[in-house]
Amino acid sequence: MTSIDVSSSMRSTTPIVGSQAGTAGNLDEKVSVRGVDFYYGDNRALKSISVPLYDRRVTAFIGPSGCGKSTLLRILNRIYDLYPNQRAEGEVLLDGENILNPGQDLNLLRARVGMVFQKPTPFPMSIYENIAFGIRLYESLSKADLDGRVESALKRAALWNEVKDKLSQNGLSLSGGQQQRLCIARTVAVRPEVILLDEPCSALDPISTAKIEELIDELKSDYTIAIVTHNMQQAARVSDRTAFMYLGELVEFDTTSKMFTSPVDQRTQDYITGRFG
Amino acid sequence: MTLYARRRAANGIVMSLSLGATVVGLGWLVLVLGALLWNGFGSLSLAVFTEMTPPPGAQGGLLNPIIGSLMMSAVAVAIGTPIGILAGTYMAEYGRYSYLTSVVRFINDILLSAPSIVIGLFIYEVVVRPLGHFSGIAGSLALAVLVIPVVVRTTEDMLLTVPRELREAATALGLPRSHVIANVSYRAARAGIITGILLAIARISGETAPLLFTALNNQFFSTDMTAPLSSLPVVIFQFAMSPYPDWQKLAWAGALIITFAVLALSISARALAATRNTQ
Repeated sequence: MTSIDVSSSMRSTTPIVGSQAGTAGNLDEKVSVRGVDFYYGDNRALKSISVPLYDRRVTAFIGPSGCGKSTLLRILNRIYDLYPNQRAEGEVLLDGENILNPGQDLNLLRARVGMVFQKPTPFPMSIYENIAFGIRLYESLSKADLDGRVESALKRAALWNEVKDKLSQNGLSLSGGQQQRLCIARTVAVRPEVILLDEPCSALDPISTAKIEELIDELKSDYTIAIVTHNMQQAARVSDRTAFMYLGELVEFDTTSKMFTSPVDQRTQDYITGRFG
Repeated sequence: MTLYARRRAANGIVMSLSLGATVVGLGWLVLVLGALLWNGFGSLSLAVFTEMTPPPGAQGGLLNPIIGSLMMSAVAVAIGTPIGILAGTYMAEYGRYSYLTSVVRFINDILLSAPSIVIGLFIYEVVVRPLGHFSGIAGSLALAVLVIPVVVRTTEDMLLTVPRELREAATALGLPRSHVIANVSYRAARAGIITGILLAIARISGETAPLLFTALNNQFFSTDMTAPLSSLPVVIFQFAMSPYPDWQKLAWAGALIITFAVLALSISARALAATRNTQ
């Protein structure tokens, strides 16, 4: 887990990984980020990041704007590949296989690693189609089976009761919070193994936020979840592990309770107590 | 005069000038439309839609040019739209960051404002001369060349307005790019792309110059695309310039028909654009 960054002028070049970070039960590393650098053109946005995502646990990434936490998330399903001039170096192991390999099938990877974005992004089609669409691509199901999958995905996302009578309505007709749960349902429907949440509540009101947080708590029994959030209370509420990032570096990673009660690094402490960011 | 009074006076003068310019600008339009309605409605009758173009002094209508115009426009749209949409798709989706796209966009913009008579001459050289005769298909090709840049431009513009997040969300589900484009980008941009096609039809339905060199005209009823074909703008051109009052009346009727067709297309395009905005 040691990484030395010679070009950095930061005080600490090796992230502090708490002693309890990997204990507490026998945890499997579903995803292991190892010495990852990320570049936007010539701009090095991430500096040798190493962090594990444990199976069936929620890992929160916190830090001030521009610290690279969303960038890190966007590496895990290689969505950055859509854009030229963006590249990642290092290793990201998903069940032991490096997904940064050039030969990696990106569509299969993204089917295994789902992502929910900051802004709700329902597709311009019916609520039913929003969910069925992704399933159909990988599985040929009978109408009845497909209906069942759509229903279970919507139930999973705690949206079924609100939409069961209007499945043929356009997904855009829902409220913001419902749209975001639709996006979560859509992601869950293709049965991924890892779910990435990029500030999923930042565009939502407190009630919708509470619903999504409950949902995250529900989902973690089946999935490995990574969440980027600006809201420290949210990180404290929903996550088991928290990683604090600052200026493209991983400063500290530990159990959430340890991070919020007795962080080791001064910068973590300053951020958590609201002294900057 | 106080500063404030001077400012008020300046405001009054600029306001009057603007108003005057508006009245003059719109005034001509009203006069043109008024003359068109006055003369056109007077000349309109059932015979205009059911009978063929007459020789001078005889009874007749505009059936053959109406059919000719519809056929040539339909074929032009059938040829130009797929090319335009595919090119626009390449530019906005696959080649968004490529050098080729900026080159194509630049050339397309030139084509967009190219005088249509030049396009007529171009088709004359590459189609009419080798074939040895004027034909409806040559007219369609000339109109298609006018359709393509309009559709390329609107398709690219509309696809570029599809939010990045939507494309990313679809990609993040593991959808291959072709599915993302066909099922998400096209759906989100559909109203805009259709609007572009309607505007292209409106653009070509009044074009005379490119048809003069390609489809020429046909005095008789014909649906043969390989032979010279009649069209409304060319008949209007021919009849309006003639000394015969019957022909001139038919030219007015034809002008009215084209104007209303274009008006209907523009209104549909606007209505579609409005549904896009409220979605």
